[in-house]
Amino acid sequence: MNHVSPLLAPVDEASAAPAIAFDDIRLEFGGKCILEGLSFAVAQGEFACVVGPSGCGKTTLLRLVTGLLSPSRGEVRRLGNAVDGPSREVAIVFQDYGRALLPWRTAAGNVGLALEAMGTPRQERAERIDALLDKVGLSGHGDKYPAQLSGGMQQRVQIARCLAQEPRILLMDEPFGALDALTRQALQDEIAGLVSDSGATALFVTHDLDEAIYLGDRVFALEANPGRLADVIDVGLARPRDQLQTREHPEFLRLRHVLFDHVQKSH
Amino acid sequence: MSRSHIEFLLYALPAWLVPLGLLGGIEIAMRASGIQSDGLALPTQIAAALVAAIGDGEIFVRTAETIGAIAIGVPAGGMLGLLLGVWLGLSPRAAQLASLSIELFRPIPPVAVIPLTMLIYGLGIRMEAAIIAFTCFWPMLLLSRDAVVSVEPRLLEVARMLGLPYRQRITKIALPAALPRIFTAVRLTLGIALIVAVTTEIAANPFGLGYAIISAGLSLRPEVMYAFLIWLAILGWLLNAGLVALHHRLFGAAYGDVA
Repeated sequence: MNHVSPLLAPVDEASAAPAIAFDDIRLEFGGKCILEGLSFAVAQGEFACVVGPSGCGKTTLLRLVTGLLSPSRGEVRRLGNAVDGPSREVAIVFQDYGRALLPWRTAAGNVGLALEAMGTPRQERAERIDALLDKVGLSGHGDKYPAQLSGGMQQRVQIARCLAQEPRILLMDEPFGALDALTRQALQDEIAGLVSDSGATALFVTHDLDEAIYLGDRVFALEANPGRLADVIDVGLARPRDQLQTREHPEFLRLRHVLFDHVQKSH
Repeated sequence: MSRSHIEFLLYALPAWLVPLGLLGGIEIAMRASGIQSDGLALPTQIAAALVAAIGDGEIFVRTAETIGAIAIGVPAGGMLGLLLGVWLGLSPRAAQLASLSIELFRPIPPVAVIPLTMLIYGLGIRMEAAIIAFTCFWPMLLLSRDAVVSVEPRLLEVARMLGLPYRQRITKIALPAALPRIFTAVRLTLGIALIVAVTTEIAANPFGLGYAIISAGLSLRPEVMYAFLIWLAILGWLLNAGLVALHHRLFGAAYGDVA
């Protein structure tokens, strides 16, 4: 952890600043300590995954980065600046796509909402929406309502809406947790490609250890009661990763053991 | 008529046979027992009275009077309730400040303000519309407040994350999300309005369908009274069926399965 005082920091610090930094975060909620002494940083362009048992504050951690929630103590910084509320530079993919999409708007209309918020001129929107839907594999489904789409497709709409924001930080809260195994694998590969194409920093929360290793450059393991950082592992596996070869790679299996042992211990 | 229309009629027909069969049974039973009462009438007599009231146009004049009062009172009171309710739904502080006043005024039975409205407006459509407006104000206020309060919080988070300005969060998220519930509130309110309109006409206002019912009763013409009652039932049924159809049309595909 870099504790350089802002006064001594070089002028171009902003470009080198971590995308996300937690500095000795404590969070209490209703008299209960959710997170305690949490400090870690995610570099720009990094794909970071967070794993841990339920109740370890994984989702809370993401909400701190969104600015929808403030810590009781400590500071969260995005790209070198203290978080003081939501920003268009940060997008979040919620797990419950069924509730995060506007049911009265079509897929295109949901993606368009992000463009409307950014003030994109009306005449440019249709083209952008088409490109974004195409990116997430939904060309031709733009005029369907969320209720007419499968779970995987609804989650794709939500991803497209987040990408429309052109975020520098993409937060994902167990985005594939409610999907079937095949859809999940397809979306894992797609999100890995989309994130690396966009150059955004990703913070991906999951309870699936395999998913965390498969997607991440680094995996942050939390433990519960109160939630704090237990372990950080570097994932050196080559990219692009492959659902079969990567998952059968000895290094993948070794990391899986390390994380699994850790989770066992903290239970 | 298309095939699906015919299929629908065949599907709906048995449900219509129940009330018709009931009326037939009553007719036979009454004729067989030879019962005599000022409060009863043979279904055939009622049908004849209904046809006569339709023939001389009285039923339409009376209906227009009642519907007219509803058409003025519901938008007047309902709109005010809607606007205030949406505001209270959006602002917890305003809701907190208003809560005691609402709980104090709301329990006043609408018919209890009949004497007051008579003093202000005398008899006639304006007095009745005022009572209906007072009646509709409260359910619209409370139901539209709840509709806005119960908007999916996740959607409001999404709006904040997208950086939607406050006004657009209301117009693009909160109001459309609350719309199906607000429409249900309108449906409920219209039903209440019809009850209060007829009550007012029976109790005080020589006007509309309620007055036709009470004057038929007082002049010992039960068949006319029943004819108007059946007409009211048909009217209420048409009103609700029309609104349900509109609800499905407006919110069917876009809102999933909001009933």
